Amino acid sequence: MEHYLSLLVSAIFVENMALMLFLGMCTFLAVSKQVETAIGLGLTVVFVLTLTVPLNNVIYSYVLADGALAWAGLPEVDLSFLGLLCYIGVIAAVVQILEMFLDKYVPALYNALGVFLPLIAVNCAIFGGTLFMVERTYSFSESVVYGFGTGTGWALAIILLAGIREKMKYSDVPEGLRGLGITFISVGLMSLGFMSFSGLSL
Amino acid sequence: MSGMKEILTKPLFRDNPITLQILGICSALAVTTSLTVTLVMCVALTSVAAFANLFVSVIRNHMPSSIRIIIQMTIIASLVILVDQVLQAIAYDISKQLSVFVGLIITNCIVLGRAEAFAMKNPPFPSFVDGVGNGMGYSLILIAVATLRELFGAGTLMGVTILPSVANGGWYQPNGLMLLAPSAFFIIGGLIWVIRSRYTEQVEQDEFVMAPHTVEGGAH
Amino acid sequence: MSSNVNSVSNVIKVALAVCAVCSVIISSAAVVLKPMQEANMLLDRNKNILAAAGIFDATQHTNADVERLFAEFTPRLVDLDAGRFLTEDEAARLELDAATYDQQRVRNDPEFSDALSGADDVASIRRRVKYSTIYTLDSGPDQYDLVVIPVSGYGLWGIMYGYLALESDGNTIRGLGFYEHGETPGLGGEISNPRWLAQWPGKRIFDDNDEVAFRVVKGGGSGEHQVDGLAGATLTSRGVENMIEFWLGDLGFGPFLDNEL
Repeated sequence: MEHYLSLLVSAIFVENMALMLFLGMCTFLAVSKQVETAIGLGLTVVFVLTLTVPLNNVIYSYVLADGALAWAGLPEVDLSFLGLLCYIGVIAAVVQILEMFLDKYVPALYNALGVFLPLIAVNCAIFGGTLFMVERTYSFSESVVYGFGTGTGWALAIILLAGIREKMKYSDVPEGLRGLGITFISVGLMSLGFMSFSGLSL
Repeated sequence: MSGMKEILTKPLFRDNPITLQILGICSALAVTTSLTVTLVMCVALTSVAAFANLFVSVIRNHMPSSIRIIIQMTIIASLVILVDQVLQAIAYDISKQLSVFVGLIITNCIVLGRAEAFAMKNPPFPSFVDGVGNGMGYSLILIAVATLRELFGAGTLMGVTILPSVANGGWYQPNGLMLLAPSAFFIIGGLIWVIRSRYTEQVEQDEFVMAPHTVEGGAH
Repeated sequence: MSSNVNSVSNVIKVALAVCAVCSVIISSAAVVLKPMQEANMLLDRNKNILAAAGIFDATQHTNADVERLFAEFTPRLVDLDAGRFLTEDEAARLELDAATYDQQRVRNDPEFSDALSGADDVASIRRRVKYSTIYTLDSGPDQYDLVVIPVSGYGLWGIMYGYLALESDGNTIRGLGFYEHGETPGLGGEISNPRWLAQWPGKRIFDDNDEVAFRVVKGGGSGEHQVDGLAGATLTSRGVENMIEFWLGDLGFGPFLDNEL
């Protein structure tokens, strides 16, 4: 149990996907101007990651890995080189299905998320979550925890940044740094702050 | 032909993918602790961007709109797998250091962004050139960041010692911050400042301008 | 033309065509390049073993020398629980071959690895394989000049993987080398610095009571059982110490070294 808790804490704080691993930066910087939109995007990312990382784990373990097809009588087959293509396909499919599901059954949420949902399919944080899971060969339950943790970490980071940027609207920023430049520097300072979590383990 | 030159050079400063279009930032931050690794990443991304643009442009007139995005991603993913396999075969050490980031070229916004924005609407050769141009713009920023980070963080450039570090018997105390995550953000912020001071048309306008204080000062 | 493009038949045609072309290209690349990739992985692993043993010197040797230098080593399988070499019969029954066994791949397989309880898991690696490959430099039948064992342990950011080379007494260290770690560059990452690693040869692990007495000491290790820790890298240094304590202890290669060396 404490192993999973440790994994969760590590995924949210110590190895925060946005601030320490720099994944999902493009949407992170582009969509963090307001707290409300940041919350919406953050929740979507949590949802998609929690769904896709375990799903890709199953596909990796039972279809792609070296010797994974043993249950089908093909133990010699190693399809891991198809991994990248499969994962991105799965992610795109999950996002598409999620979109259709939300549109039909939870239209309020669907409208709130708007254009973010399709954008998530190409968010490198989502893809990165799967790639790290494969690299570290997590089990299924670890994948669930890891997916949820990284999503939460990313959401936390973007909400924090949105809060900071909203405050900074009233600051007198030099012309060249206005907007993107000062955002980069703020994120750098946030990243420095998150480094204080290093070495944390339960 | 001057059109080609324009397509090639615009993304270097005027329309740089990283500093203006906000694309491709993830890898710019993560792989830039070593110049050698960065150079490999730049070559990988530029090739993928160029060829992806080329192939997407070639079949653009036959692509049904319902599966447009997934076809683009299939082409990009296949190219990236190809690059990944080749890297593992000929430059194993570097591919280990790049680890997941080669795979992340698939979701690199530059590649998909340019495929959608340019290659879908333009003939193959200009699309190829556009891919090269954006790849070069990206590489420019990455190389600048990597040079600063490796030089001041480790005292070396591409493994060759330029500033002998104290740990190895020299005089230079390496700036540890340069090798850590936050420094990449600071450096790119600084680069944006420099670029926008030169090309002032890129400066973002304030959402509102604070009016001068109208009430006479006094009570406070 | 545009009305044709979005028709169902065209969607299917284009989808199939793109899939077919892409699959052919990447499958061919994967198949053609696989031998080169596997050779690279082997070269990399062998180079790391030689570097840990102090035999591969980056200033004078190149990759071309690796094969020649490594040919002198013999890979052998060790049963960690039993504390001895795996016999040929046992290896045949388990279908393991020292030359091809990849203990990293089976580290989560319950058939080939055991979970470690919290108290036992000194190095925080969570699972320990039952059988490990070691590399010996033989000087005669049952006589080993040099024994190289794989070691791993959790540092600050993740598990560090390396090879430890021991002399024929199974106690004196010939060298250490880490081939994979995620430690902070400049701080914990200095475990890869040859100057730090240079203090390891000649140090001893076990004391007169056959207990693991090896320590990584903060601020200077001068005894024969000590090495100096890394400035600003307490957790990494502690991780290295835990790694040695585990792998040279009763749950690691301790019993094996007692019995066979």
